[in-house]
Amino acid sequence: MFKAKVIVKRRPSILDPQGTAVEKGAENLGLKNIKHTRIGKFIEFSVDVNSKEEAKNEVEKYCSKLLANLIMEDFEYTLEEVDAD
Amino acid sequence: MQTKFGVVVFPGSNCDHDAYYVLKNIFKREVNFLWHKESDLQESDVIILPGGFSYGDYLRSGSIARFSPIMNSVIDFANKGGTVLGICNGFQILLEAGLLPGVLLKNNSLQFVCKDVYLKTRNFETVFTNNISENDVLKMPIAHGEGNYFADEQTIEKLENNNQILFRYSSKGGNVDKEYNPNGSILNIAGIANKKGNILGMMPHPERCCDPLLGKTDGTKIFNSIINSFIN
Repeated sequence: MFKAKVIVKRRPSILDPQGTAVEKGAENLGLKNIKHTRIGKFIEFSVDVNSKEEAKNEVEKYCSKLLANLIMEDFEYTLEEVDAD
Repeated sequence: MQTKFGVVVFPGSNCDHDAYYVLKNIFKREVNFLWHKESDLQESDVIILPGGFSYGDYLRSGSIARFSPIMNSVIDFANKGGTVLGICNGFQILLEAGLLPGVLLKNNSLQFVCKDVYLKTRNFETVFTNNISENDVLKMPIAHGEGNYFADEQTIEKLENNNQILFRYSSKGGNVDKEYNPNGSILNIAGIANKKGNILGMMPHPERCCDPLLGKTDGTKIFNSIINSFIN
């Protein structure tokens, strides 16, 4: 069993209006040094397979077909072997 | 032969009944709801992917609906030349399914925009536009938070060269300008078709402006185009 942690980010070339809006909140909070806020997604899940290779294949398919839209987003992930429940 | 319509219902669709109502009561056509868990298109000639918030818009709009069992049949149908119209969330699903190129980003205003817009049509040869004339400017409602069409330069160039950009946001007089762009879409894009012209995705809602009781009827031009193309 493996535990996967995925981060999905908008590509740098794509504007992030959500990040811009949140950064306005930071300004209102009195934080003057916050710059370049970008909002992404963090997703974690388990992959119930025995080899890291199999786990990688599943994670990459999940990420590229569903969790991220590669036209506007990139993904990165980590895999950690854990004890099965 | 009467054109037979199928309206797909996803959990969270909310314009499915509007589409069903106008097709049945205004256009007097046979129309069936197609539940997302089914795979049978019930011999429909035209498939409508309606507006709404399929699967709560979780992850990205349209991203989960795209993997519904019915979508395998819709993709197959579309690839064989079947007529498919995706409205609003339906447009988002068509993009996620790869039936049309590009993505729809959040509106650049950060706001959900709900208002009437004007549309200028280009390409009057398609299943969806043959009942529209060159001087027409269509008045239609939009209601979306993610309608900001984006694609890379190469894709946009192809869309332009193949005359696939069917609708652009314009002034009442038909002037296409940034000033009339409600969401930040590249080139004021409101709706695009595939190269073959049998698949249309659009953000404005033609089904909300067909019944004269609602005060606007320009949506009829799109549905009449579809119906005409089956008669001819």
